[in-house]
Amino acid sequence: MANPITSLRIEHITKRFPGIVACSDISLSVGKGEVLALVGENGAGKTTLMNILMGLYTPDEGKIYINNKEVVFKSPSDAFACGIGMVHQQYMLVPNLTVTENVALGMRQMMDGRDGDTTLDKFKRAVKLDLASVRRHIVAISEHYGLSVDPDAYIWQLSVGEQQRVELVKTLCFGAKFLILDEPTSALTPQETDELIELLRRMSHELSIIFISHKLAEVKALSNKVAILRGGKLVFRGNTADHSAADIAALMTGHQVYLPVNQSSKAPGKPMLEVHDLFVRGDRGNMALNKLNLTVRAGEIVGLAGVSGNGQRELAEALTGLRAIESGEVSLDGVSLVGRTPKQIIAQGMGYVPEERNIEGIVPSMSIRENLVLKDIGKPPYSTVGVISNARISANAEKMREEFDIRCSGVNVAAGSLSGGNIQKVILAREISRGPKFLIAVYPIRGLDLGAAEFIHKQLLALRDSGVGILLISEELEEVINLSDRIAVIFKGQIQRTLGRGEATQRKLGMMMAGVKEI
Amino acid sequence: MLDFIVLFLTVGIPLSSALLLASLGETVNQRSGVFNLGCEGVMSMGAFVGMLIPYMVGGSGTVAWYVNVAGLLSAALVGALLGLLYGLVVIKFSAPQGIAGIGLQLFGTGLAGTFYRHFIGGAEGVAGISSIRIPVLCDLPILGKMLFSCNPMVYVAFLMVPTVHYILFKTPWGLRVRACGTMPRAADSMGINVSRTRYQALAFGSAMAGLAGAYLSLCYAKIFTDTLVGGRGFIAVALVYFGRWSPLGVMGGALLFSLAQALQLAVQAYGFAAFPYEFLVMLPYALVIVVLVFVGKSKHVGPAMLGKPFNREMRT
Repeated sequence: MANPITSLRIEHITKRFPGIVACSDISLSVGKGEVLALVGENGAGKTTLMNILMGLYTPDEGKIYINNKEVVFKSPSDAFACGIGMVHQQYMLVPNLTVTENVALGMRQMMDGRDGDTTLDKFKRAVKLDLASVRRHIVAISEHYGLSVDPDAYIWQLSVGEQQRVELVKTLCFGAKFLILDEPTSALTPQETDELIELLRRMSHELSIIFISHKLAEVKALSNKVAILRGGKLVFRGNTADHSAADIAALMTGHQVYLPVNQSSKAPGKPMLEVHDLFVRGDRGNMALNKLNLTVRAGEIVGLAGVSGNGQRELAEALTGLRAIESGEVSLDGVSLVGRTPKQIIAQGMGYVPEERNIEGIVPSMSIRENLVLKDIGKPPYSTVGVISNARISANAEKMREEFDIRCSGVNVAAGSLSGGNIQKVILAREISRGPKFLIAVYPIRGLDLGAAEFIHKQLLALRDSGVGILLISEELEEVINLSDRIAVIFKGQIQRTLGRGEATQRKLGMMMAGVKEI
Repeated sequence: MLDFIVLFLTVGIPLSSALLLASLGETVNQRSGVFNLGCEGVMSMGAFVGMLIPYMVGGSGTVAWYVNVAGLLSAALVGALLGLLYGLVVIKFSAPQGIAGIGLQLFGTGLAGTFYRHFIGGAEGVAGISSIRIPVLCDLPILGKMLFSCNPMVYVAFLMVPTVHYILFKTPWGLRVRACGTMPRAADSMGINVSRTRYQALAFGSAMAGLAGAYLSLCYAKIFTDTLVGGRGFIAVALVYFGRWSPLGVMGGALLFSLAQALQLAVQAYGFAAFPYEFLVMLPYALVIVVLVFVGKSKHVGPAMLGKPFNREMRT
């Protein structure tokens, strides 16, 4: 097994991808028992840097030192051998294998044998997979660190939080002395996040940790050193305790961040979207919307707060024509939308920022410029008598790129290669530039960094001030409270209650989202 | 009626061996994430190569048992080599597997026919491997004829069912294969060489297909023709889906298909003239299609990344 890692140092690491320098001349060091937070916006190069440290990518330039000795990682197994273990943002677990099988997969002495093996040992190991000893190892590790996992469960049966514990156990079973965690909390519920932070704090007595995050509260709670990346460059290194969350945010984005707040007192106009006694079925045939009533006026943002799975997705899909309406009435600007196709509803002036931006919002393999005109490709100016005009589509894309600050190497690259924030800007640019009467925005800043979130919120507020009605569906209470004129709380397919901007507090909304009606 | 059923089963069970061998091999291929539509071509080459050594040694006459074994082994070896060649195209050069597989099928079938005409020619057959009678058991009524006096390769084929199951589910290599087929990215992050594992799986699976071909020429028809394999390679690929990537399921599929085919032969042999035999000829194929439509669609069983090339530095 590897010697303990007392220091890890990387010097002048540079990695280029076609059209982009993902990491540029980065140097860092981490000592024994330290927790380094690596922060930066999406696309700043954090994950690339860590993949280099794990031997998944080879750096174009630069060197890595462990305990002051240079090491070269050609593949992840070289990094394991030195005691480095990584928990990836997308979990590296095989869904149709059990927890034990997943761990066995990466245990070299289990799969390939040890150096001193006799031929007979090697043969035995090749013909019989010793899962029982792997299982014992898992139980021992999970008891030592207080990580509860069921070694016999299949991965696909586990929740995201449980899968993450499996990842941690797996990494520790491989003998990791140095943990790299890539945005460990991005998919966790608030409770799971608190548990994880507590757990990592305990583990940091025995291990060094690098964790990647852009949630500054966690950075403050957990790390003692912080390093900030921006645009592939290291812009700051220091002790976490010496800097406020606001300082770190400013360094991360390159300017002072302020999340905009809806302060307008302009009175809303006439009712734009009216939903009356709406019933809609969910995927499993259950009634996902149960007599839902809602009105949104022109020039008004109504925030729809609720724990996800209470009918938000079904509402958004029913309003955009993607899901059949069982009964009830929906109208946009006085025109009924019941039984209309998505195309007819779009023509009515409905804009939609869908929940799954990579699947529903764009066609990932098509270029940015094509994605920007997806809804209008069949009409002038983008096409005449069935022939598309590339020149006009490109001109439109360049304009949008400028206006919406879409960061890309060119408008001809595939939209799917952009970061989440830039994909969201492409979608928003398309929807807003069409001049909609109404916009439905579902979790518009989920998974985005602060800079992108700020930009998108500003756009939504500007759209509201121009007289468009907006239905903002979100789980983030801060977002709902900051932006909305009125807040409706959805619970089990019904609107619990609607609150004015002044009355809503996080605590009140939280209770109503859990089903309490009167407070 | 009993005679009819005995005939039907006695014909049907051996008939499934070629399918069984080929689709067990294809199961291993697909578990690693690569499907091989070229199975048909590999079987053709296996059929030719399998009878080449016995023919060279003894012509159409009987040869020593080890000569026949050498024929079987050479068929497996050529199968494995063709598998590696296919691997080079779809793993190293990431060619689309559907198209490359069809290419391999045409290549294998064509090459086998050409070689046969060049090296053997005419309608020369071999004595091949004959059935064995297992002492005592073969004298049992009904069962004796049905189960205990078959060709040795039939027993080998059925023994491969638990063997492949053991390999896939109880050995480190099998675990690696399953991981590479479902989530190569995860396997790679744990230090497993995805390409190497897929090459190995392809070599193993194609060796099985070569053996299946040799069964047809050495044990079943005892002669080679261009149409000897007759679509069995494609049926073998379909049976893997049918069996949900489990050796036992694949065996069920191979038996179902072969028994349906035997039913048609038995009906013809007994000459139920009123019944249109063309319907029964069609039956096994229709059966496979119908069952494939209704077969379970659970996402959690099979290799999720089947047919997708793996490239570590591809940004998705």
